[in-house]
Amino acid sequence: MAFLQPLIFAIVTLTVFFLAFKKYRVIYANINLGKDEKIAGDSGTRFKNMMLLAFGQKKMFRNLTPAILHGFIYVAFLFTQIELIEIFIDGFTGIHRFFWYVLPLGGFYTALISFIEILSVLAFVGTIAFLARRNLLKVPRFHMDEMTGWPKLDGNLILFFELILLVGIFSMNTADMALADGKYGFAISGMLYPLIDGLGDTTLHIIERFGWWIHILMVFGFILYLPASKHLHIMLAFPNAYYGPLDGGANKGEIANMPRITEEIKLMMDPSAPMPEEDPNAEPERFGAKDVTDLSWKSLLDAYSCTECGRCSSACPANQTGKLLSPRKIMMDTRDRLEEKGAGLREHGADHDDGKSLFDYISTEELRACTTCNACVEECPVSINPVNIIMELRRYMILEESNSTEEWNLMFNNVETNGAVWKMPASDRTSWINELEAEAEAEDA
Amino acid sequence: MSELMASGQEKEVEVLFWVGCAGSFDDRARRITKAFVKILHHCGVSFAILGQEEVCTGDPARRSGNEFLFQMQAITNIETLNAYGVKRIVTTCPHCFNTIKNEYPALGGTYEVIHHTTFLQGLINDGRLKLKDGGEFKGKKITYHDSCYLGRANGIYEAPRQLLELLDAELVEMKRCKSRGLCCGAGGAQMFKEEEEGKLRVNQERTKDIVESKASFVAAACPFCMTMMTDGIKEVEKQDEVQVMDLAEMVAKAQDLI
Repeated sequence: MAFLQPLIFAIVTLTVFFLAFKKYRVIYANINLGKDEKIAGDSGTRFKNMMLLAFGQKKMFRNLTPAILHGFIYVAFLFTQIELIEIFIDGFTGIHRFFWYVLPLGGFYTALISFIEILSVLAFVGTIAFLARRNLLKVPRFHMDEMTGWPKLDGNLILFFELILLVGIFSMNTADMALADGKYGFAISGMLYPLIDGLGDTTLHIIERFGWWIHILMVFGFILYLPASKHLHIMLAFPNAYYGPLDGGANKGEIANMPRITEEIKLMMDPSAPMPEEDPNAEPERFGAKDVTDLSWKSLLDAYSCTECGRCSSACPANQTGKLLSPRKIMMDTRDRLEEKGAGLREHGADHDDGKSLFDYISTEELRACTTCNACVEECPVSINPVNIIMELRRYMILEESNSTEEWNLMFNNVETNGAVWKMPASDRTSWINELEAEAEAEDA
Repeated sequence: MSELMASGQEKEVEVLFWVGCAGSFDDRARRITKAFVKILHHCGVSFAILGQEEVCTGDPARRSGNEFLFQMQAITNIETLNAYGVKRIVTTCPHCFNTIKNEYPALGGTYEVIHHTTFLQGLINDGRLKLKDGGEFKGKKITYHDSCYLGRANGIYEAPRQLLELLDAELVEMKRCKSRGLCCGAGGAQMFKEEEEGKLRVNQERTKDIVESKASFVAAACPFCMTMMTDGIKEVEKQDEVQVMDLAEMVAKAQDLI
């Protein structure tokens, strides 16, 4: 029978890895549906950025309470991977607690697992607090319009998974301690095991295996669940920070140039300029973005990295004053549309047009409410820039559809004819000088 | 005033003053322009303006999505600036500042661009502007409204605050300030259209912060923030208790220049 567990374990593991590979490959392919975007800066600085923002969670500390609670779960998650390695070794070889029995770690092992147990208790506190914040305290950003249905369930589900995982960890460790009369010396299960010490060895073995399987099955479930969940951020926050803006936001005010328009204008101003080489049969590239495939791949990576925390939307001036715009919804819509678009392309071929676009998800009213104040960009803990997407969609509206407002058209007209945003003649540009002179004369008089 | 009119042809000018549409045409913002120019004169700073050759930087065109119009403006301005060999630009408008500094380089216009709050701080640091002791604003409660395009967009939070400190004012921060500062509602070309439907206008929301701060002055550093906050304060009839002033006006006032 000893071969049975490794066999089942190997089959389950391989199946999970195979299914996961398929799911993650879809995400990778979807992100690659985006347009090229050159990423500036050297890899060393990028790596540092990633260590600070993703690994170090620097932005989280703008808001201390959730930063600490999230930190508990995050650090516990990182260290629990050590136990996970043991579980894998056990699964494939049948050697339980490899680090204790095979590697001569001794007291160090006790300290390590005790540390994980303490972190797990803190993670438990964090998880309960998060459930309370979402469901009892009603923190406003978890109750905006876009946070109903699946996004709401998703946020809670992951917290329940976390609780089940913790039950698994403590069941296994406590039963192991009871079976070994406490010789491992773990900190928390050392306090718990006297409660079940009286149970027979068989029962204890069952509890131990129950905890063991719960742990690994939750991990497998998690791997397969992530691609459909906001919790994908635990992976994508890293590349998203790596490819994110580097200057700590010093140039956040820059909106990317459109070189094709520069070419057209230069040609208009100087007809003798060389025509850019173009394939006459190629369909002209769209100005701005109508659909997800017109966005930069970084914007698509942004969409998959979004953890739907809503810090962006609660800082958004438009959202706070009751407008339809919610930067979080922009990111969620982009991801939803990308999933739909990608699935359609894979099923029906690269030329497939499903007759829909990102504008079926995001309305012009939402887009027009943005003040480009960058508060959303500033708040995002995982380096997402919703303004880039808003700007690309606005460009499409104006440049391809002439979808503007009367007032904006008036402003465009003024800029075009007078070089000023208001209907004022250029000759009035210096009228303040006359005023200054008049004031000086009046003073002298 | 002849030196004012001298366009950039005179090579010896220290800096080009980019006046901007608001600074040229808006009644309220013209007072900021005049205050700033008085300080420049007072400190003996030689400067030039483009006068009628200056056109809108294109910021509201770009941000509304009209990239074509933006680039037309930008390329026109860059040609003018380059023709005069302009190297250094100061402006009282954070939108002009951001656009020329961050967006013109991609179109062939690279300059040293300075916002007037930073410029004024520089004048003080260099000893060219000596603030009087116990001026107009000594001990007055003043709050500072961060312009998005100075603060979050360009990381300028300290220069304006240091000016207030030098004016001996008591700086009281609003609950949303610095990188968390709330927009006035004008950016992204919103200045030129009605807001979308909602419960409040953004400047009404910001006015709540101002009133809550109990400051008797709001220091602004952007002509559009100026309009938005002045309107917001008038709406709640607090104009007798809270006055909105640009930092250039405050410095000029403290020096009895205006």
